[in-house]
Amino acid sequence: MQLICILCPRGCHIEINQGEDGKWEVKGYACKRGRDYAIQEATCPLRVLTTSIWVEGGNHRLVSAKTDRSIPKDKIIESLKQTKGLTVKAPIDIGDVLIENIAGTGANLIATRRVDIKQV
Amino acid sequence: MNRKTEVAIIGGGPAGLAAALSCYKHGIRDILILERDEYLGGILQQCIHNGFGLHWFGQELTGPEYAQRFIDEVNKVGIPYLLNTMVLEITKDKTVYAVNPRHGLIEIEAKAVILAMGCRERTRGALKIPGGRPAGVYTAGMAQRLINIEGYMPGREVVILGSGDIGLIMARRLTWEGARVKMVCEIMPYSTGLIRNVRQCLDDYGIPLKFRHTVIRIHGRERLEGVTIARVDDRRQPIEGTEEYVSCDTLLLSVGLIPENELSEGAGVMLDPLTGGPIVDEFRQTSVPGIFSCGNVLHVHDLVDYVSEEAEIAGEGVYRYINGRNPSADDYLLVMPGNGIRYVVPQRIYGDSDVEFFFRPNAIYDKGVVELTDGDRVFASKKLLRMVPGQMERLRLKREALAGEGKIKSLQLRWRGPDKEDDGACS
Repeated sequence: MQLICILCPRGCHIEINQGEDGKWEVKGYACKRGRDYAIQEATCPLRVLTTSIWVEGGNHRLVSAKTDRSIPKDKIIESLKQTKGLTVKAPIDIGDVLIENIAGTGANLIATRRVDIKQV
Repeated sequence: MNRKTEVAIIGGGPAGLAAALSCYKHGIRDILILERDEYLGGILQQCIHNGFGLHWFGQELTGPEYAQRFIDEVNKVGIPYLLNTMVLEITKDKTVYAVNPRHGLIEIEAKAVILAMGCRERTRGALKIPGGRPAGVYTAGMAQRLINIEGYMPGREVVILGSGDIGLIMARRLTWEGARVKMVCEIMPYSTGLIRNVRQCLDDYGIPLKFRHTVIRIHGRERLEGVTIARVDDRRQPIEGTEEYVSCDTLLLSVGLIPENELSEGAGVMLDPLTGGPIVDEFRQTSVPGIFSCGNVLHVHDLVDYVSEEAEIAGEGVYRYINGRNPSADDYLLVMPGNGIRYVVPQRIYGDSDVEFFFRPNAIYDKGVVELTDGDRVFASKKLLRMVPGQMERLRLKREALAGEGKIKSLQLRWRGPDKEDDGACS
């Protein structure tokens, strides 16, 4: 399997194969993080999800959000479905939990922008 | 409203915020930030994806989080700012004219001005794509603002022209919001965005990236109905017989950014045609004494971390200027781009301190050396495994390197190594 490491702008081209004994053969990485990334990517690829959520009564219409850790790539669409129709109330601070344990991944969806109460 | 200030900062995005804090750190207390939007933070507020701050904070942040750290700091030390405030004119003697709904016309007399207006996107007009003018054609950044800030979905079936980072990020964002992104067309034989973004935004979702392809026609009257794409030759001209119709209701353009310098030109600031931004010295002072520049208005950066760094330098420059510590204005060395280099910033230096040069190559080059030379002697150099136009590089010149070297008229930054990898040179 051919991969391009996404951990830094260097973008190493990595080749990874599993031997019959179940051991990983990894070639082409420049640092240990690249090797770990390749094995993770070959077994269970992880990504951080970022999106935005509707806000009620805030000085912004939407609050940006992210998962507080990487989640399995194949849980992204399910996680997004869970955000549909959700509205949260202002005020919101950076780091506030908007959805706990999103799609059962163990990660929380947290706010990445501060939203104050709308001044009328 | 009339007022005086030591430093007026035009723009409250990442460059303006970091420049204001740098001025403050150097002991300047009378600072005013002017921001045309209704909040500070600039374009970062709509860049809700992560990947910011690895260099500056040593951790991966989203755009709004990165911005908020600077905004909190500005509020903490109490630097004043005016929001919803549009600067109309800056004069050579550093009077700034602006308007906002609360104060009407504002006249600000400043000792120093920092230009931090950022850049704007190239539009359809700049590309001259033939066809009607239906709704559904957006710049990638506009679509990003609609989805992430305003909460509108620009369309359902999308073609993206240009593989710049914003286009790639938007391909994923639109996919996540339920749109179908049919393809990304890139006129060059390589992506102008970071490879990690090609990987995690396109490959992850099976979105094809078509190199050496462009959009040659836009179809539709009221709403976009489709585009005609075609392959291009080595001179980037469409090849007859390769045309293909692609139906879509939305076309996003991610085809480059242009420093926004109308105000700078009005103040008589000299621009560099290679960067589209002002010509500056190592403290980011422009050709007009007391007017400084940093961030994307100076040259387009790919990492906000480097914008923050550059803004710090400009703040130090303002401190030196206000305290009369600047070298004599005529005593500078010119620095020009040589073989393989598209541009270099700063374009002139006094050389009485270390200088960090930012530069970009004009094509892809592998395994060689970038060197700063006067033709005979080399004053700074760096080995590079690879340099690509989509990635800004840097080189540090030590102050000692120039000392005692006799009279040097000008310097050149050049590439020494194998020729460029591909003929499809970057414009």
